[in-house]
Amino acid sequence: MKVLMTEYLRIDLETENWECRVCDHVVGSARGNYKEGLLVYNRDPADIHPSIIDPDKYRFTFCPDREWVNIYEFYCPSCGTQVEVEYTFPNHAPLYDMEVDVDALKEQWSQREEILEPIKGPNVLVDRCHTHKH
Amino acid sequence: MNNETTNQALEDQELIAKFLKETTLFLGPDPDIMRDHSIMPRSADEDRCMEKFTDLNQIASIRERLQSACEEGFEMVEQMGAAPGAKWGDIITGIYSASGDLTIGSAGGVLIFSALVHHPIKFIIKNWIEEKTVGVSEGDGFIHNDSRYGNVHNTDQSMIVPVFHEGQLVCWVASTVHEGENGAIEPGGMPSMAETSFDEGLKMSPFKVVENYEIKKDLLTFLQNSVREPKLQYEDMKVKLFACMRLEKRIKEVLAADGPDALTACLRYTNESVVTEVRRRISEWPDMTVRTQTIMDSTLRENALLKINLAVTKKGNRLIFDFTGTSPELTNRAINTQLPGMKGMVGQAFMNHIWPDLPRGQAGLSPVEFVTQQGTLVDCSYAAPNSQSLMSIFHSFTVAQHATAKFLYSCPDKYTRVLAPWHNMINTFIWGGVNQHGETLGNLCADLNGMGGGARMDRDGEHALSPIFATMADIGEQEMNEEEVPFLQLVSKKMTTNTQAPGKYRGGMGYTMIAATKDSDQWGFMTTTQGSKVPTIQGLFGGYAGGSYPLCKVQGMDVYDILLKTPEMFKHSIHEIMNEQPFPGAKYSTHHMGMGFDISKRGELYMISQGSGGGYGDPLERDPTYVIMDIEEGLITADWAKKLYKVEFNEQTLVVDAEATEKLRAEYRALRKKQGVPYAEFVKSHVKDTPPENIPFYGSWNDDLDSVYAGSIHDKRDAKNPGPIYVTHPKDVRISELEAELVEVRKQAGLPPANERK
Repeated sequence: MKVLMTEYLRIDLETENWECRVCDHVVGSARGNYKEGLLVYNRDPADIHPSIIDPDKYRFTFCPDREWVNIYEFYCPSCGTQVEVEYTFPNHAPLYDMEVDVDALKEQWSQREEILEPIKGPNVLVDRCHTHKH
Repeated sequence: MNNETTNQALEDQELIAKFLKETTLFLGPDPDIMRDHSIMPRSADEDRCMEKFTDLNQIASIRERLQSACEEGFEMVEQMGAAPGAKWGDIITGIYSASGDLTIGSAGGVLIFSALVHHPIKFIIKNWIEEKTVGVSEGDGFIHNDSRYGNVHNTDQSMIVPVFHEGQLVCWVASTVHEGENGAIEPGGMPSMAETSFDEGLKMSPFKVVENYEIKKDLLTFLQNSVREPKLQYEDMKVKLFACMRLEKRIKEVLAADGPDALTACLRYTNESVVTEVRRRISEWPDMTVRTQTIMDSTLRENALLKINLAVTKKGNRLIFDFTGTSPELTNRAINTQLPGMKGMVGQAFMNHIWPDLPRGQAGLSPVEFVTQQGTLVDCSYAAPNSQSLMSIFHSFTVAQHATAKFLYSCPDKYTRVLAPWHNMINTFIWGGVNQHGETLGNLCADLNGMGGGARMDRDGEHALSPIFATMADIGEQEMNEEEVPFLQLVSKKMTTNTQAPGKYRGGMGYTMIAATKDSDQWGFMTTTQGSKVPTIQGLFGGYAGGSYPLCKVQGMDVYDILLKTPEMFKHSIHEIMNEQPFPGAKYSTHHMGMGFDISKRGELYMISQGSGGGYGDPLERDPTYVIMDIEEGLITADWAKKLYKVEFNEQTLVVDAEATEKLRAEYRALRKKQGVPYAEFVKSHVKDTPPENIPFYGSWNDDLDSVYAGSIHDKRDAKNPGPIYVTHPKDVRISELEAELVEVRKQAGLPPANERK
């Protein structure tokens, strides 16, 4: 059985591995940090958040200050999907963001059916019947 | 003999306790009350009532009537309240158990109140009921606003009224409003200039201000003299009192129909059943620890890097929020929060975005556990100013929202969509001064409620939808506001192009506000947000955060003269005005968003933008149709759409070339694989053992949670006891810089140092 953990990652309970949901690549042990099996790139904030006012004229431009923030992008090494993005302090270590208790996960899912597509939950519907006709 | 000794010891203990109680010199905030957010233990009376009343239909019927009463009270305050905060729903009306637990709160408005308005009632119960100089009787009303005794910040004022039945206290009702003005050193109630708690204006521990359902005029007059808006102070005290009286009336109808025991059983059953349900829902989550952080880039006085650090651990039916590693408190800056404020904001994240179907009350957060270090931004000391606690509690909301999304994704049962973090800053104008009618005012624009929503797992975020602290709040009618305030918003509700948080689903965006004073010589503005240098949120699962948002000013011109004489000169966007500089002789400048109260001159422009919620998923998976829609709606320009989403299209017709797009995206994925570095290699080459040397940094670094930095890599302290941190006044910093320059200039000119002149 496989458990869908994020938009792009799942855990195979039999092999106890993180896997890429896009290309099925085995990322690494589910008992460890999935980021260790990914590629990392330190993205220049200006590539994502444009200076909408002229950086030659002004100090603050709507673009984050690259001296004050790093943007780490994590890619699947097999398909290049961007699995995670982390805004962090300059030269800070990436976070071990999901430390899973695999044994507990196995126990929990032994009582459940496998889910192949993520459950979205209830929708918010606009009441189309509402009118102001009197 | 042993029994005698034990009895004697007990008597001695009671005597000492009585002596201490009677001779207490100062009833300060009570840690036993303030550090406990859980519902009170079931009392013997509640136990008796619950045994007597087991009919769930009757309990549900009573609860529905009480809920309706809360909504009625909410409507009364919203319709009649004078404060802008009342008009846009920054309020709660609620019913509390006899022991002070908020059991049923109004469903709309600001939900953070649900988790923290109970503390002052527990203070009243503990200290004033038996106090012969105070007492609690039918017809009494207590006022409160000091966050050290409960609630968020001292711009919120509560009216608290006990409800009696045949002489017996059966429950409490209360109404709380974000009043705005509170007599602080800056107008509007949330001074960022406050350096001590004594700069923050009125600090009301709970005290009796109403007897026999009438406001005591002597105390009222004192309070009116303590704030800039005396009429508002009176009007809203009356409004809150009458809302409480209406709630009391509705409760008395329940008492007449069902009796006091049924009411008590209903209140207790409601709280306990919510706690049971929350534990059940927690147990559905996967057992794991999720870690996240957000970056604060400002104290509102100066730029600095401060960390909000969170590890959430779920095990079985326990859920623990551990904020260890968060920045120490800043002893002379206003961005600290009392512990309940942080907890309340985490509760808000649950009530808004995770379990919105649960009743609004204290019980929803009751089973959640917290770990904090006293003396940090999220658990500040008694002496630390906290009038801008919104800064640290908004970040607390974001880390909670970001972490919980990673628990929720795999759950088969969801109660909302998984979503990326909401925008989390009150990008709005706080204002004050003398208006066009000669009245002194101090408050803010409801645009703070126009934060962009986070993208969801199956669709984009909503633009300018609501603040993180309320799902049902209004951004107000600007034209109506302008009848009371002497400035116009010349541009408003226009989305700020190219500020979206990209993703497979992009965040909901924020809008531009351009304001200029018109009809007063005594008027000014403040802005009190972070995020001018560093985004304040995170994206989710490969999506990005929104960008950064500065304050732009144009001075030395009068836009109203320009609009009269050469209207074609005016431009309707920040980027056109700042880049084209269309007004001759004007001064154009940018600033961080911690602008202290700034006296404005007629026609000078203050320009800001609300922010974007976080993006969700890899931008390369974004449907090109949505990219084109965003271009058509002016949310993004064609060049940035191509750059961010790798979509090929005809710029004239906006027709997408699907094949070329697929090719471009495949090439970009290949480029990622080429540019990306294996994790271990990246850590080795990029990660450093200490924070940046040239930027003031506060908080833990990397995996070391035992110590925190206090503004310098040379100042590392014990995380459990960081001690006071005093930040130098920005003007003193500037004076030092200029003095150093002066020394250098004099040296070059061959002059003696300035202090050696005769």
